[in-house]
Amino acid sequence: MSSTIALILIGVSVLFILGIKFLSSPKTARAGNLVAAAGMLIGLIVLCKPDGANVWSHGWTFNYTLIVIGTIIGLIIGAMGAYSVKMTSMPQMVALFNGLGGGAAALVASLEFLKGAQPQQLAGAEIPMLHDVGAAITIPMLFATLIGSLSFSGSIIAYLKLEGKFEKPHTFPGQNILNGLILLVIIGLCGWLTFHATGHNAVVAFIVMFSLALFFGIAMVMPIGGADMPVVISLLNSFTGLAVAADGFAINNNAMIVAGTLVGSSGTLLTLLMCKAMNRPVTNVLFGAFGSSGSAGAAAAGVVGTVKPIQADEVALLLAYAQRVVVVPGYGMAVAQAQHSVRELTEELGKRGVEVQFAIHPVAGRMPGHMNVLLAEANVPYDQLIEMEQINPSMDRVDVCLVIGANDVVNPAAREEKTSPIYGMPIIDADRCKTCIVMKRSMAAGFAGIENHLFYKDNTRMLFGDAKASLNALVAAVKAS
Amino acid sequence: MTLESLQAYNQILVLFIFVLAIFVGFEVISKVPSMLHTPLMSGTNAIHGIILFGGILVLADADTLLVQVLGFVAVVFGSANVFGGFMVTDRMLQMFKKKKK
Repeated sequence: MSSTIALILIGVSVLFILGIKFLSSPKTARAGNLVAAAGMLIGLIVLCKPDGANVWSHGWTFNYTLIVIGTIIGLIIGAMGAYSVKMTSMPQMVALFNGLGGGAAALVASLEFLKGAQPQQLAGAEIPMLHDVGAAITIPMLFATLIGSLSFSGSIIAYLKLEGKFEKPHTFPGQNILNGLILLVIIGLCGWLTFHATGHNAVVAFIVMFSLALFFGIAMVMPIGGADMPVVISLLNSFTGLAVAADGFAINNNAMIVAGTLVGSSGTLLTLLMCKAMNRPVTNVLFGAFGSSGSAGAAAAGVVGTVKPIQADEVALLLAYAQRVVVVPGYGMAVAQAQHSVRELTEELGKRGVEVQFAIHPVAGRMPGHMNVLLAEANVPYDQLIEMEQINPSMDRVDVCLVIGANDVVNPAAREEKTSPIYGMPIIDADRCKTCIVMKRSMAAGFAGIENHLFYKDNTRMLFGDAKASLNALVAAVKAS
Repeated sequence: MTLESLQAYNQILVLFIFVLAIFVGFEVISKVPSMLHTPLMSGTNAIHGIILFGGILVLADADTLLVQVLGFVAVVFGSANVFGGFMVTDRMLQMFKKKKK
């Protein structure tokens, strides 16, 4: 590798860092994404083989035709996924892309690893494999295979869970112990492969390890409830980053190391931030099997009060003559595609001089920021979106709180009920406003699978029905009143 | 320096990069507002699509059918990850921008 290219690669790394930095501020976010993409393109052009020769300046072989075809197929798949997906399904798409990245990382590492074994096998002799590469290269390759394949299968399960397939936690006694054992076997195999592996045995052990890692990804995500998928996806995202960094070690590509590590560490921090928003340690999310053990107890706990339904006309009157209205959106709004109707309603109220704000819980919806993305799509102005900490102190001065398809994030059990599985999670204090209107399709429990005490409070009224239909009825009624 | 010590030196340098990058990754996103969490996750997801490079390098030197097939799959996966990732992030952020009046 010439020093010019090395310098260019430093520039590429800087572009990745700046890209992520710009992504963390609303004004520069879009530019940040483009900066990172530009870095990727430059990196691709100057891509070098481990021996230092530029990939593209080699003689053109059939393999290069395959590279071009493969890249174009990937481009088409990616573009179709990115542009056809509905905004509500964004988290699934991220999970899917992440899984593909993990799979690629595992494949690259495996192929590099097995490359050393093949000639020996053909010769039929048991020659110690990888004799020319030390543990410093073997360990990253095994690590990338393990983490990459785990991330692949785990992301697919996360995708399916968000699509509504087996979204409830699947648990059985001794699950954590079994998973622990599988992990031990995997680590044992990796250790053996690093130091004692020879030819054919190594290939078999490697394939066993690969399969176990794929299985472990499934076993790890299956017991986790759909509500915790954002945390899981974020974690798997950082895993894939680390796998890519390890691949970078193995094939001696610094750009891959920097990019992978940046994703690994920022993804880890993001995961911790999400867990912090739910006030649960990350271990509890991963091994707690949320919602399966706690739900029975919480549901059995006596709920005081009765559910009081309300009609749209009445709600419209309450809204139209309120001073201050706060909307608490949740996943139900996303499912019903109701964000445009919400914006219409708030605009209508704004015309009448009602102060309208949106209270955004950090984990409302299926991902942090999910609500912001949806409301932004519906052209709701930034300054109306208020974060939980800012809005909670003034909740008792709110006349009407409109809860649209949110459940667990407004459940006062998190404040009041010590035995509740969500006890301690910060919530939006919707119960403290003068009147709380909850828009919901039915009385079904939220994603955490627990009863919501808010629905039974004296100042709560339930507006049953599809959120979009209800909102359109509200808009019409507010216009008429 | 012998070739071996040069290689060891290079590995240490690479570790250096790795450790520093960990801290940079932590620092750059430590002040991100929660509304940008999803785009940020999506953006970083696209960045690890750099694994496409790895796929290309493996496939470029493929000498057996097995390596060709699996390398091809890796290139497709990596390419979908990197292109899809950046495009989906841009689509998310486009909407943020549009609504600034």
